[in-house]
Amino acid sequence: MGAWAIAVHGGAGVDPNLPLQRQEEAKQLLTRCLNLGISALNSNLSAIDVVELVVRELETDPLFNSGRGSALTEKGTVEMEASIMDGPKRRCGAVSGLTTVKNPISLARLVMEKSPHSYLAFSGAEDFARQQGVEVVDNEYFITPENVGMLKLAKEANAILFDYRIPNGCETTCGANVESPLHMNGLPISVYAPETVGCVVVDREGRCAAATSTGGLMNKMTGRIGDSPLIGSGTYACDLCGVSCTGEGEAIIRATLAREVAAVMEYKGLGLQEAVDFCIKTRLDDGKAGLIAVSKNGEVAYGFNCNGMFRGCATENGFMEVGIWE
Amino acid sequence: MGWAIALHGGAGDIPLSLPLESRQPREEALRRCLQIGVEALKAKKPSLDVVELVVRELENIPQFNAGKGSVLTNKGTVEMEASIMDGSTKNCGAVSGLKTVVNAVSLARLVMEKTPHVYLAFDGAEEFAKEQGIETADSSHFITAENVERLKQANEAHRVQLDYTQPLQNGSKEERPNANGDVQLGTVGCVSVDSYGNLAAATSTGGLVNKRVGRIGDSPIIGAGTYASELCAVSCTGKGEAILCATVARDVAAMMEFKGVPLEEAASYVIHECMPKGTAGLVAVSAAGEVAMPYNTTGMFRACATEDGYSEVAIWSAS
Repeated sequence: MGAWAIAVHGGAGVDPNLPLQRQEEAKQLLTRCLNLGISALNSNLSAIDVVELVVRELETDPLFNSGRGSALTEKGTVEMEASIMDGPKRRCGAVSGLTTVKNPISLARLVMEKSPHSYLAFSGAEDFARQQGVEVVDNEYFITPENVGMLKLAKEANAILFDYRIPNGCETTCGANVESPLHMNGLPISVYAPETVGCVVVDREGRCAAATSTGGLMNKMTGRIGDSPLIGSGTYACDLCGVSCTGEGEAIIRATLAREVAAVMEYKGLGLQEAVDFCIKTRLDDGKAGLIAVSKNGEVAYGFNCNGMFRGCATENGFMEVGIWE
Repeated sequence: MGWAIALHGGAGDIPLSLPLESRQPREEALRRCLQIGVEALKAKKPSLDVVELVVRELENIPQFNAGKGSVLTNKGTVEMEASIMDGSTKNCGAVSGLKTVVNAVSLARLVMEKTPHVYLAFDGAEEFAKEQGIETADSSHFITAENVERLKQANEAHRVQLDYTQPLQNGSKEERPNANGDVQLGTVGCVSVDSYGNLAAATSTGGLVNKRVGRIGDSPIIGAGTYASELCAVSCTGKGEAILCATVARDVAAMMEFKGVPLEEAASYVIHECMPKGTAGLVAVSAAGEVAMPYNTTGMFRACATEDGYSEVAIWSAS
């Protein structure tokens, strides 16, 4: 019997001016989720069960951008997406365009296990949710006043910006409350706040699983799908490892980032940390992203090329770490 | 070196006894689309333009499961999806859940070029299509009698059926296993490398017969049904769920890149060693102008041509 390992994340790309109180809240949430996962692993729950239960907790808490607390579309509504993957048989499930499902990650799991398909979206996914009897609520439940404010700022920023892609370090300021020139996906970092959530786990049997969930990009066009529900981009798990990514969706998709980590392990024989570093350093071009990963050997690793990533990780031998910055 | 192009009209359990009236129009269509692609490459058009052009043509042909001739959802509607990728820049675009857009691949390209996003779906994608003024038509344009019949049979057999070229025999419920082992077909795609060495790939489909409304397959998923890099371009067809979980298109490119394996070997390995039998096929070209078209199903509608004069239109294996 091997040893378990777990990692969670609450998004890559963090406002350097994030108030200390908020940093504390984030670390507490990550710690709580890690502990939930650790208890489950110590009770011998399988990796796929653990990633689902941890991500449910992250979705329910309004702090990060998933479930309640999701970023808003340009219309001020919430459209959530998620994916989950079970390493041993490479089974997967994904959902997009959810507007009433309280826990998107659980619906993704039901798609994987209770439907003949792997990916359901929008009204079809909502119908399936009702058929499965999962908990549904009004769209308003997911909307927080904080995000309503963020949407307004994002719209102001976009009114001035001509193109979403502006270079990092650019001194152009984009309206009120911008104290840092850092940008991601064309928005000032204070507004962008990607905060997708995810969890990767390897259990004592050496089985890996990964799960990712998000409300997506602030002020996104309705119908926009990011990397989080895309198997191979935001989420991937196989015999060797489990990976969950966060950051600029487009960059992650172009790099098929989650699959990349597994591919360099498989085809180049790199170890987990080496693979993570390789992918972060060389596969993102000028995109900004981060990821967490576990290997079947009980290792855990993470990497990011932006200024911060909310993360936590733990291994069975007692190692535990929660962090935000480098 | 030199240009090369390959295209497919779907892999599946295409029976060797396929009647001439089903076979001929498809072979002619493949030939015609190949010719269009070859002429564009000879005229020095970039790969991205070539793959879009060819896939548009395939979408307009009712005998293939994309655009006109798309298979129907469990509600009798069409929901089309597509993706396109530019190997030199890795820019990509994808769409899903389209009901009225005549050429899904072109909308995917517009998402890539005219929005800050990569992937738009359902109502949001349809709204974007209206804003862009792209050609739309009502459902009667896309729905064919053949597909209405297929849906009816799938419903009678209580099954999600993956498209195939011949109707079920009456009372043959036992011959066709459930969705997990079912025969399949459908999806069109094109890959090319142009005279400048630029690679591109595009895939388009109506999906699975009797699929749940909202079901997304592999065709619009970058890395699964479509992928292009500086080494190769790949477009897949077959059982979407399996191709998705195996990230087939990306895997071919990853083997080439990280293991230094040549195109033919990488493509063959992914299809024959990594995918359950009867689930997948692909067309691929490399920067060096090679072509590979492996499949582990009974057949795959396909065509290819290279600058040195080689060309092929086929359904089954030569031997």
